[in-house]
Amino acid sequence: MNVSLEWLAELLGRELDAADASHRLAMLGAPVEGIETLNQDLEDVVVGIVEQAGSHPNADRLTLCHVNDGSETREVVCGASNVREGAKYAYAPAGATLPGGLRLSARKIRGVVSHGMLCSPSELGLGSDHEGIMELLTDAEPGTRLLDAMPLKDVRLDLEITPNRPDLLGHRGVARELGAVYGAPVKLPAIPHAPVDGKTARRVESHGVVGGVEVSIEDVGGCPRYMAAAITDVKVGPSPTWLEARLRAVGARPINNVVDATNYILFELNQPMHAFDLDRLRGGKVIVRGAQPRERLRTLDGEDRALDPQMTMICDADGAIAIGGVMGGHESEVTSETTTVLLECAYFDPKRIRRTRQTLKMSTDASYRFERGTDPEGMDDALRRAVALIRAVAGGSEPEAAIDVYPTPFRTRAVFLRPERVEHLLGMRIPVDEIERFLTSLGFAVAPKDGRLHVQVPGWRPDVTREVDLIEEVARLHGYDSFPVELRAFKPSAVPADSREPRRAQLRRVLTGHGLHEARSFPLNHSDRDDAQRLSNPLSAEESCLRSDLMTGLRASAERNWGARERDIRLFELGIVFTATAPGHLPDETERIAAVISGARTPPHWTGSGHASDYDLWDAKALAELTLGVVGNRADLAVSGDRWVVTDGDGRERGWVGPVTADQPAWAAPLIGFELDLDFAHAAHVQYRELPTTPAIERDLALVLPAGVSAADIEASVRSTSGALLESLYIFDEYRGEVVSGRSVAWRLVFRSPGRTLRDTDADGAVDRVLAVLKEQFNVERR
Amino acid sequence: MPDHPLYQQLDELAKAVDTIALADEAELAELRTQLLGRKSGKLTHILRGLRDLDSDARRDVGQRANRLKQQIEAAIAAREEALAVPRMTASDVDLSMAGRRQWQGAIHPVTAVVDEICDIFREIGFTRVTGPEAETEEYNFVKLNIPLDHPAADEHDTFFLDGQAKQPCGEWKAPGRLLLRTHTSPMQARTMERYQPPIRIVVPGQAYRRDPFDPSHSPAFEQIEGLVVDDGVSFVDFKAGIDFFVKRFFSPETEVRFRPSFFPFTEPSAEVDVQCQLCRGSGCSTCKQTGFLEIMGAGMVHPAVFERCGIDAERYTGYAFGMGPHRITMLRHGIPDIRMLYLNDMRFLGQFAL
Repeated sequence: MNVSLEWLAELLGRELDAADASHRLAMLGAPVEGIETLNQDLEDVVVGIVEQAGSHPNADRLTLCHVNDGSETREVVCGASNVREGAKYAYAPAGATLPGGLRLSARKIRGVVSHGMLCSPSELGLGSDHEGIMELLTDAEPGTRLLDAMPLKDVRLDLEITPNRPDLLGHRGVARELGAVYGAPVKLPAIPHAPVDGKTARRVESHGVVGGVEVSIEDVGGCPRYMAAAITDVKVGPSPTWLEARLRAVGARPINNVVDATNYILFELNQPMHAFDLDRLRGGKVIVRGAQPRERLRTLDGEDRALDPQMTMICDADGAIAIGGVMGGHESEVTSETTTVLLECAYFDPKRIRRTRQTLKMSTDASYRFERGTDPEGMDDALRRAVALIRAVAGGSEPEAAIDVYPTPFRTRAVFLRPERVEHLLGMRIPVDEIERFLTSLGFAVAPKDGRLHVQVPGWRPDVTREVDLIEEVARLHGYDSFPVELRAFKPSAVPADSREPRRAQLRRVLTGHGLHEARSFPLNHSDRDDAQRLSNPLSAEESCLRSDLMTGLRASAERNWGARERDIRLFELGIVFTATAPGHLPDETERIAAVISGARTPPHWTGSGHASDYDLWDAKALAELTLGVVGNRADLAVSGDRWVVTDGDGRERGWVGPVTADQPAWAAPLIGFELDLDFAHAAHVQYRELPTTPAIERDLALVLPAGVSAADIEASVRSTSGALLESLYIFDEYRGEVVSGRSVAWRLVFRSPGRTLRDTDADGAVDRVLAVLKEQFNVERR
Repeated sequence: MPDHPLYQQLDELAKAVDTIALADEAELAELRTQLLGRKSGKLTHILRGLRDLDSDARRDVGQRANRLKQQIEAAIAAREEALAVPRMTASDVDLSMAGRRQWQGAIHPVTAVVDEICDIFREIGFTRVTGPEAETEEYNFVKLNIPLDHPAADEHDTFFLDGQAKQPCGEWKAPGRLLLRTHTSPMQARTMERYQPPIRIVVPGQAYRRDPFDPSHSPAFEQIEGLVVDDGVSFVDFKAGIDFFVKRFFSPETEVRFRPSFFPFTEPSAEVDVQCQLCRGSGCSTCKQTGFLEIMGAGMVHPAVFERCGIDAERYTGYAFGMGPHRITMLRHGIPDIRMLYLNDMRFLGQFAL
């Protein structure tokens, strides 16, 4: 929200330094997002007095002026009709730069040299008027900088206001916060030329008449209080400079004096108001009611809007004229022809405004404030001030007191505060009189009662509803930074740590140790799978599902890397995947691990002539087995086509290892990977095994395997046949060639007995038995 | 039988194999003759002696001798090969040449930051837990005192799950619609319902908001939640806990600032700022000239949250905090765009390998 520093200063009756005020506001909970010094582009413009205004020798419509800028008098050609002798104007001398970057120089206009120009408000960025030049009602001497002569110096602060503090959406609320820390009370400034005959509003229960209009509330839930004042004989026109300057300072666009006055009150007191052209209200009625089915309204922004009964409408005898608290209608808008104004000052229910605003997909300055909660108790004063302001800037009179339709007055909220609870929660004793002082400075009415404080909450603080809210106020004003930083004794957590975390860390260590980078893929993607969990409001079709696997993301990552001409890819990812369950139930979340590898197995090195071999299936298989080893549960790899399927102890499929199909360039190496469920076993500690003290005997076994016989078949047979002496076996060679039919696979068998030194005969005997069985089982023989 | 002299001779020959690896060229020629020579080679001698043995012993010794012969031949061949490589003296070796590297993988920088943060909190008694990413309105909003019909809910632009009734839950009616959690805070409620104080937890995990990608926003992002609940936990403890973390994570000199703020589930609420790590507080474009960077939202647990989660709000107090490891990672490493953290570019990730 934009606030004007000058406006705040006026409310506090003291000067404010932008940096200091910003810091204090930040430390009170309203951080400043931006500080902008306004009208800096008017540096070069000075006050000039027209000593003489004569006609231009060569042009009827131009005036030749003698302008005194304090040091000398120069000839200036002026095209405006309102220039007169003896008046002061905004004068931009030759050499000056105007807003928008235009740099002036002395130049001939119809044969006469003009030394600069007399400026209109629009040329100075100060108004929409570009017909006449800007006459200055100022006592400042000629030559004075315009910025010093007129109320144009200002600094705009862009405040971030949290949704619980609607009061800070008005300058008075912001000033109140600053006043509490500066020790300066807030006082509303007098309105220049304001009338003194303000009247107290007449309260009625359900309906009453003002300005010949009968005002009534039917939708009390949506609008618990509705005030209206009638102002006659107004003259709609531009606002005075000071009013326009205030609005411009907060970034609002001046419209006309009546509308500007209501906006001024909105920015000052945070009370949105609406001005209707009273003569355009049909049937002499204003009715506040819920919208009727299929009712429509053309709002001020020109949109034709469909309404629903949840919306609170302001209606005349013939139908809706405004969406209450959101936006006025086109038909009853104040225009230059308006002479009688009906000024509305109401309280609308925040929740209803929120729903209306969401249904209509629109937000206005008014709805933004009503949605957060305006001050139902401050409406009286706000309306009186608004009427006075309109009369001051647009003339007119208020023949009768405003009407205040207020069926059930709000009850002032009171909250009890226990001083010892303040100490309990804040960890530091704060004297009671200090607590009282803090709360009082913010407008709370505090009275001690039975050892507690009875605190009345002002209407502008809808956020304060219980004791802890007051404790926050105390902490805020005491200053968060003034509490000590002191690490005191604590008890350790009763919540057990997630036991899987060390295993995740171990997996990361193992796989990064093998050269793979940890990936993190975006968890939303597109999926055609039936069991994918879809979103009902995705940002795009490409991000419409929760991922049901990790490989989709890794494959896309591989393709992006190829796109960056990167041939060597080594990635793994640990993450959650989702599977939809029954409608209305949360999806299943499963933890997975996946990896992809492609390209060189090691970095190039000069000893290898720069060529390293590429990753193949066997690397992926080993990495998967390594991963499964960390996971610790039983897992079997079964061959299935060109890949392996991983099953758990119950035979359920829990993952796969194999080639990955991807959109790869011709130069890329094969992409291989795996994806596995991560159901960690209970972490068993490694149990020490006795180190061997006896030598081992090795035997190599090169076998010719006919088609259909797998290495796993052979190994299973070897293990079961060779007995306890076989310590280990592994394949060390495979040969496929013309010499042998099928293929030749060579195993090394290692025999050892823990108790004695084996003889060759022990090993040879075992080998003989193995060969006999293999011959019988698979018709396999030695090569 | 093993006491036959041939066995002893075989054992001695086996020892000779070891000397082959150390032989120079002349010695190697000598050894070859000595061991395998047709006339006086020791092994040849043994093989000739076989005929004096009975058939069993002949087979046994024969096999051993043959295996030994293979070993000797292999060792000689290996030594010949080694000697064939020109022997380099120190002055021949160009030690400026690169060493032989292996691929070195990197932990993702966001993971590294998450782990570091959780480890720091573990020092002051926190345990690390995780929770579900798909949640209910009840846990994501209602139990955390976030009314759905209040502007405070607007900051949580929510992804809802498909395949369910579209009606929002009434004001406080559970469990409401299903959604992707907009913060890790639902684990506050889940933990308080399951465990009695003392509770000290950190909860890392993914959260989701319906913000389109831009350099600093992602529809999915990592968050770390913290929660402390116990007897007598105060604002001073809160400040001390956060301060401990900041000074450990950044540096002992880093200034910490607590500013009042608003979150529906904490009261008093605070934004925690740390001194800008780039300009050291003097003001730069990263900290928008303020000298400080916002790193977490935090505060004392709101009693309404305790009440909704079955904890005695009069007896227990506590604090909670939430921070974004993505943002902290970006600040730490000077990464300009959050999308880099989701692209898995090998060149990018490789920068984080040791």
